[in-house]
This record gives sequence, C-alpha cells and structure tokens, in this order.
Amino acid sequence: MSQQKFLASQSIGSFLETLLREHRVLVPLCEGDSVVFRPFRKGGGLELTRMPTTSPKEATFPRVETLMSFTQKVSAPQEEDGGKERPEIELTEHLPQDSTVVFGSRPCGAKGKTIFSRVYDTEAVKDPYFIARRDNTLFISIACSAPETTCFCTSVGGGPADSTGSDILLIPVTDGFMAEAVTEAGAKLMESAFFDAGTQKAEEAQAVVERAETKLGQAQDFSNAREKLLKLFDNESFWEEMSAKCISCGTCTYLCPTCYCFNITDETAGNTGKRVRTWDNCMDYLFTLEASTHNPRSSKAKRLKNRVGHKFSYYPSLHEEHIACCGCGRCIKSCPAAVDIRQIVKSAQEYEDVNI
Amino acid sequence: MKGLEELKDKIHEILPDLDLVIGWEQGYDGLHATPLFIKTPEDVDRLIIGPLCVHNLATYLPGLKDKKVGVIVKGCDSRAVIELLQEKLINKDNVVILGLTCDGVINLTKLGRKIGSLGAVDDVKVEGEKLNVVIGDQQHNIAFSEVKQDKCENCIYPNALVFDHFIGEPVDRVENVGAEHQSLSDFEGKSFDQRFAFWKHEMSRCIRCHACRNACPMCVCRDHCVAMTRNPHWLSQENNVAENWMFQMIHVMHLTGRCVECGECERACPMDIPLMLLRRQMNRGVREVFDYEAGIDAQNRPPLLTFKVEEDNISEREW
Repeated sequence: MSQQKFLASQSIGSFLETLLREHRVLVPLCEGDSVVFRPFRKGGGLELTRMPTTSPKEATFPRVETLMSFTQKVSAPQEEDGGKERPEIELTEHLPQDSTVVFGSRPCGAKGKTIFSRVYDTEAVKDPYFIARRDNTLFISIACSAPETTCFCTSVGGGPADSTGSDILLIPVTDGFMAEAVTEAGAKLMESAFFDAGTQKAEEAQAVVERAETKLGQAQDFSNAREKLLKLFDNESFWEEMSAKCISCGTCTYLCPTCYCFNITDETAGNTGKRVRTWDNCMDYLFTLEASTHNPRSSKAKRLKNRVGHKFSYYPSLHEEHIACCGCGRCIKSCPAAVDIRQIVKSAQEYEDVNI
Repeated sequence: MKGLEELKDKIHEILPDLDLVIGWEQGYDGLHATPLFIKTPEDVDRLIIGPLCVHNLATYLPGLKDKKVGVIVKGCDSRAVIELLQEKLINKDNVVILGLTCDGVINLTKLGRKIGSLGAVDDVKVEGEKLNVVIGDQQHNIAFSEVKQDKCENCIYPNALVFDHFIGEPVDRVENVGAEHQSLSDFEGKSFDQRFAFWKHEMSRCIRCHACRNACPMCVCRDHCVAMTRNPHWLSQENNVAENWMFQMIHVMHLTGRCVECGECERACPMDIPLMLLRRQMNRGVREVFDYEAGIDAQNRPPLLTFKVEEDNISEREW
C-alpha cells in the first residue's frame, strides 16, 4: 500500500473544481429524497453521508448510449445503374471520448464494473464502448463507515474498505479523509496539492474500518450456493414460493451496480435514426420473449430464479468462483416488496437439509 | 390496526378451504414488513399487522385468479378489491376478504427525513400517538402523525369497505377531512412554468423500472403493457425526461376513474418521485366530471367503462 495522504473536507470542492478542467466529474447529490450521481458543478453540493440510491454504474455503462447514428440518403441518378437512384446509408459511430472521475462512490459501487469487465473484455469478445469508458474513468471511493441493515459486502468477497475497482480509496476521519492510491492513475491525481502528506491519521482510519467491519457482523457463507442453486433449477415450487411477493419490476436490476444486461434498438424518425443501447431488465416478461412468441421465462418465478442463479451460480462457475454481486443491498433496500436476495440464497442453501 | 389474535384464529378457520392467505410478516429489519403468503397453519404464526404493513395486497389478486385466495385488507386496500370486482378482473367466488380497521401506516421516506438514514433501524414501535424508533442505543420519539403516509392524512375510509370477515370493531369515520390532499392545492398554486419545471426535474430521475406500474393494483396489463410495445411505438427505449413523462402520462391516463389512491405507485418508486400528485389531479377531474369515486361500491360501474348519451356534467351541445 502506498503512502496515505490527507484530504481535508473543506478542500473537496476546490479539488473537484480542478478536476473539471480535464474530466467530467460525477458526484452523489440529493435530488428530492433520493441520492443520485450527477455531474459536479462549481459551488454545487455533495451528499457523502447517505448511501446513494442509484449506483455509479452509469459512469462506465450508461443507461442509454448511442452506438451509432444513421441517415438514409438517395444518390443522384447513376449512369452505370441505368439512370436509377441508389440508396445510401450514412453511418456515424459514437465511441465515447469523455474522461470521467467518479467521486464519492462507496467501495461496493466502484467494484461493480469489475464484474462486467470479465464479460465485456475477454480474449474472444471486446466491447469497445465499455472498454473506452472503463479505461477513461477513475473512481475515488469513500470507505463505508456506516453499513446498513441491507449491506452484505463481506459475504460476497468485499468489505467496507475494499479497494477493488477504485483508483483512490478515501477513509473518513476527523475533518477529512485519509487517501490511499490504489492505481497509478489514482497516485497521479493524489499529486494535487490538496492531498497533504504531512497529516497522518492512519490509526483513526484503521479504527473506522474496523468499526464498520464489526458492524457488518458475521459474513454469510455463500460458497456452496453455486451447486445448491443449480440443484434447484427444476424445482418450480421452490421458486414460486421465493418469488410470491416479487412484483416483477426492475428496481433491483436498475439500481444494481453489477447487472450488465442490455437491449439494442434502432430508434428512427423519418430517414434518420440511431442505434441505442439501453439497460435491460431480466425481471421483465419481454427480456426473453422470442419472435415466435415462445417465452422461456414466462413467469416471475422463472425470472427471479434466473436473476439469483446468474449472480450466485452461473456467473461464479464461469468466472473463477466470483459472485456477480457486490453486496450493496440496493435490491433489498429499494424493493417495493422487501424481497431479500440473501434470504433466497440462504433458503436454497438450506433446502436439501430438510427435504432429503 | 387491531385484532391480530382474532385475525390469526379466523385464518386458521378458513385456511383449509383456501390455497393461500396473503398477509404481512416482519421483513429483513425492524422497519420493513413484507408480504406473507400463508399456506400452512405454521405460517400463520409469522403474521403481523400494524403501521409497517404498507403494501396493498390486492395487487397480487389478479395474478392469482386460478387460486382460492384469502386477502387481508386495510380500508384503502379494500377499495382496490372493489374496483377489481367492478371491472370483473377478479372472481369474488375465489376471494375471501379479511377486513381490518386502520389508523395509518408509515411513510418511510418521511421517516427518513426525520432520522437521516433508515439503514440502521433496529425496531419501530407505535406507542399511542408516538413512534419510537430504536437505532443502536439511540431512541427517537416522533409524532406518528408526522410520518404517516399522505393518504392517511385525509383518510375517510379507515375500515375495510368490503369484507367477508371483519376483524375487530370498525372505528368511526374520520370527520373534518377534505376529499383532496393539501399537496394538490399547494401544487396548483404554482404557475404553469413552475409546475412544468417541477415535473421535468422529477422525470429526470425516473429510471423506468416500472415499480409504480407493477405495484399498482389497477395496472393489470402487467406483461403486456402498451408502454413496452415496439409496434405501436409509443415509447422508445431511451431513458430521458420526454420518454419518462410520456410513460407516466400513459400510466395516469389508464387509471382515469379507476385509481383508488392507495399510493402504492409513489411508495414503490425507488426514486421517490411524487407520483400521487398526478393521480390526485386526475381523480379531481373524475369527481368533477362524473361525480364518481373509484372503489367504493362493487355494484357501481366505473365511468369510462360505460356510456351515456348525455353526461350530466358535460355540456357537449353547447360547445
């Protein structure tokens, strides 16, 4: 670990203003009763105590992005075509150019992108849009000092001061934060004069992290969830029971820092249009509706099974046992019916114990 | 809400003839109740009633049409059951209604404004008019009236309006409350530009998760919502203010004369968008034009499900 530096609370605004010269800066802001990531503006406020309602996923994987735009034109009559007009399509690709800094995400939120990085940046498949954004986005995360009843990061391989996915990790201490560079790009940002190498509060920082870890309590052991969930794949009554109260909306999916499914549609108007990529939602009936009208996931039970199975079973079996969940608890906290994914996995893990 | 033991006894009595009874149980922390689907006598032990029991369980009924279902309802919830019966969206023969009397449920957003974060609450108790919130070794005493849901503030239907079994004693209808919530006249006091700016700002936050739609007991199209079709292409996949606003307009228009103001859309919204303002405005229009309130009388026909050559309050010929 590199040397810790101190960032005073009162310097944050000025520091972010210097970042604005080169980057788009996203920060958590209060909007209505929610906390959302929005572009930072000079003199603008910040909400760094409450856990943001939305995740910072949008920085690397926006909810809507234009992949390309197109215009259909008709050429002048061509002699070689016997005087006929020839339709022409003019295409413009929109590769992301921005450089972004996300300030004030929690470690769980910053970790999210590492989960879909394993899917969108592989030997076989490279998603140029995601990769361009990921490589041009820096995360300055704040270690979590106030875990909530819905938090379970330590059960899925994370922790209140997990630096995975962050470039700088800030740990809250009196009057500011102790900053640790996680990546070289983070260390470069920390060369700014706002980071003070003279003030040392390492012990206080350590105590903050330990308190948060204690508060999180015993981690849930999900290690056998992978096989247990697979065994329950055809158990319809189990999934009907688990999904009975689910209303099949997209709250869990759209607030999740790790969900990465998308839809691609052409949105046209006259002779022009654009191809947009938008977040998709596996809890929706249309997600797997086929052109033939057959739907392999026609009921909410099948859809919830897929969501839980994907995160805790299918993804881990493809990606070195990593669970596709960062434990932020947004899906639990914001669920209109208080569906608890921890409880569903636990029920699956315990299922055979009583039903042999 | 009173009569938990009486309610449990009644469920034990009727459960053998039913596939399930829908109620509430304690959720993952002291602050959240969660819907409970009772199938066995043992499940009955988990039942709770009280100010955390916010969910309108009537929402689940259209999805369980082929089952014999018991459902526990507050006054406001019972209006949704009535409206579903009026529209023949559920079959009364398959539903047993357990009616409660209610003195209000908690609005967690309002509570959050009072205590900051909701994330560490250990327990919540109602003691008379006070709400006692326990967070670690701290105790917050809050006036229950300040954190009740908006709909409870001017509730005139504290007792279930339709029921097969009523639990406890009905309370007197609350007097001196207007039919309209204060927020509507407050909002209408603003200029057109202010109102439009307000909605544009709110809609920028909408994530189109459709929680408002799926939590709504009257949104019965569910998997076949017009907002999701590609043809006709009412909405694009883009998540922006115009498309979000269009979706919310579709939603509110389809609730004309049907919305019972149970407030589930607003409660379900993860982004805390005050959707009930739109519903209240629409319901005022329905009251003025049709002298009608949804979900009060199962024998009544909703105004847009019928046709009169001459509407009483619409002077078509004089246009």
